[in-house]
Amino acid sequence: MNKIVNQRAWFFVLPVVLLVAFNALIPLMTVVNYSVQESFGDNVFFWAGERWFQEILTSERFHASLFRQILFTGIILLIEVPLGLAIAITMPRKGPWVSVCLVLMALPLLIPWNVVGAMWNIMALPDIGLLGKSLRSLGFEYNYTRQPLAAWFTIILMDVWHWTSLVTLLCYAGLVSIPDAYYQAAKIDGARPWAVFRYIQLPKLKYVLTIAILLRFMDSFMIYTEVVVLTGGGPGNSTTFLSIDLVKTALGQFDLGPAAAMSLVYFLIILLLSWLFYTLMMRNEAR
Amino acid sequence: MAKILASDLAHSYALDPQTDQNWALKPLTLECADGGAYALLGPSGCGKTTLLNLISGLLKPSRGRIVFDGRDVTDASPEERNIAQVFQFPVIYDTMTVYDNLAFPLRNRAVPASDIDRRVREVAHMLELDGMLNRRASGLTADSKQKISLGRGLVRSDVNVIMFDEPLTVIDPHLKWVLRSKLKELHQRIRRTMIYVTHDQTEALTFADKVVVMKDGEVVQIGTPIELFEKPSHTFVGHFIGSPGMNILPCSIEGGKAVVAGTAIETANGSAYRDQGKRLELGVRPEFVSFGNGGIPVEVVKVLDIGRYRIVEARHSNIVVKMLVPEDAPIPQRAHVHFDPGHTRIYEDGWVVP
Repeated sequence: MNKIVNQRAWFFVLPVVLLVAFNALIPLMTVVNYSVQESFGDNVFFWAGERWFQEILTSERFHASLFRQILFTGIILLIEVPLGLAIAITMPRKGPWVSVCLVLMALPLLIPWNVVGAMWNIMALPDIGLLGKSLRSLGFEYNYTRQPLAAWFTIILMDVWHWTSLVTLLCYAGLVSIPDAYYQAAKIDGARPWAVFRYIQLPKLKYVLTIAILLRFMDSFMIYTEVVVLTGGGPGNSTTFLSIDLVKTALGQFDLGPAAAMSLVYFLIILLLSWLFYTLMMRNEAR
Repeated sequence: MAKILASDLAHSYALDPQTDQNWALKPLTLECADGGAYALLGPSGCGKTTLLNLISGLLKPSRGRIVFDGRDVTDASPEERNIAQVFQFPVIYDTMTVYDNLAFPLRNRAVPASDIDRRVREVAHMLELDGMLNRRASGLTADSKQKISLGRGLVRSDVNVIMFDEPLTVIDPHLKWVLRSKLKELHQRIRRTMIYVTHDQTEALTFADKVVVMKDGEVVQIGTPIELFEKPSHTFVGHFIGSPGMNILPCSIEGGKAVVAGTAIETANGSAYRDQGKRLELGVRPEFVSFGNGGIPVEVVKVLDIGRYRIVEARHSNIVVKMLVPEDAPIPQRAHVHFDPGHTRIYEDGWVVP
């Protein structure tokens, strides 16, 4: 068969090309541009080559932020995914309580991020905050503005409060879509609740769990607003995650070159980890 | 294996059923002999799946008792009733191999591993699944998956009854036939009580020794396929079973004979009729209608060739009669149709006159 060659097709692709270009490619290229040059005021640039990249990759400060970032993401994934799944499984499937539960679960997701930070900031204040005061009256030496451990505890608690709902809602949607026949068959086969979870619910939730973990991974790896409002990256640098470090470099010190290089490395790390995770989760499906 | 008795069984999905409409299943009594093959046949929404789920224990009846071999199991769970059920859509455990799927019900009941292995291989052989025991169940075709769900019922040697809820719905047409005969063969071999729910008359009539025809939550007739064909006890059975369905013609009765379109017709049960003053109909299957000298004068309006037979539609004013005519017989334009008296019956408000 002869293929019809028609150049007019380019016109139809043009809008989306423009959209992607202005939306992603051009800004990204600007960053690439900065990352290989040294800039001074008055638009003076010098070629820097791969110097900023080398600096970033060997910088102890970057390593420390990266380590904190991975630790944080790891902890919240370990808490939020099982917890979200557990809540979804215990939520009712029928009746008037369904909508009550859904609204309650969705509420934290509707609050703007800086408001979440502010809320927890006030709540955790050692002298007057509900959380801070309660902990102190229970005998804990709790002060998140002074103790790194207390700061971490508060941030993790805040993130769990804010984002577990997302995992729950996704899992709940997945659970509701499992046909009744599966549960009936399991009943007839004499399956215990654990077997129902292990062999019916978990396999059927594979896709939504993959999505939930991916979303939570990416979001938590890029966390910024809430932490800045709550601790500002302190005490010291103990809660300075990658994004906070990046903003400090770019806007605080106005080191545009190193900041651009760092952004690219940051972006590539997220891309790589997401790809790795997705491929691992889906490796059986290809067969 | 067990004899199953449903006595005065009724079910409503409404909490507080008021009208007849609220009852998905109206009170019925049904006995299934040990080792029999039964089919529940009826249009969608007639209550056949409800009845099945009541027997399997997935639903609790609003009324009545269910007895397996003299033991009342009304309050027992599906597991305690020791039944097997194959659903409309194949239910398999995706992450397990075919072997593990078949072994699952036995492992849940803590059967020794050597027994499990023996049973699984036996059942896999019976269902022709031997070759794929180590494959992951999720990648298989719908008919293999359905075989696995059936196999999970068969591995338990003491299962009381195996139930099928429209199991061939998702199977390709050319495989339906294969699976259906496989099922029949299986029943003859293992002689377990089987109950098969379907709205497809071919499936019901080929599978079952006894067919329970249901309509609007009621049992209309219980009988062998031949009884349903030759002596339908309700016009619904006559119409629903058979292709084309039974001719149902409004009639009156005079001196023990039915009168249709001014013509007196000999029937099998006309003389039993006692004047009740209800709606009267005459029913005769197209198979028992022929062209003849006496009878109702008709005009042929339509001929449909279906292979070995032709379906002829003949009309007398507003009365339409369908009949089967052999392939090579001549079809006149105008003729008289004759009904075989042995297979022509009078129905009173739908029910056959006894």
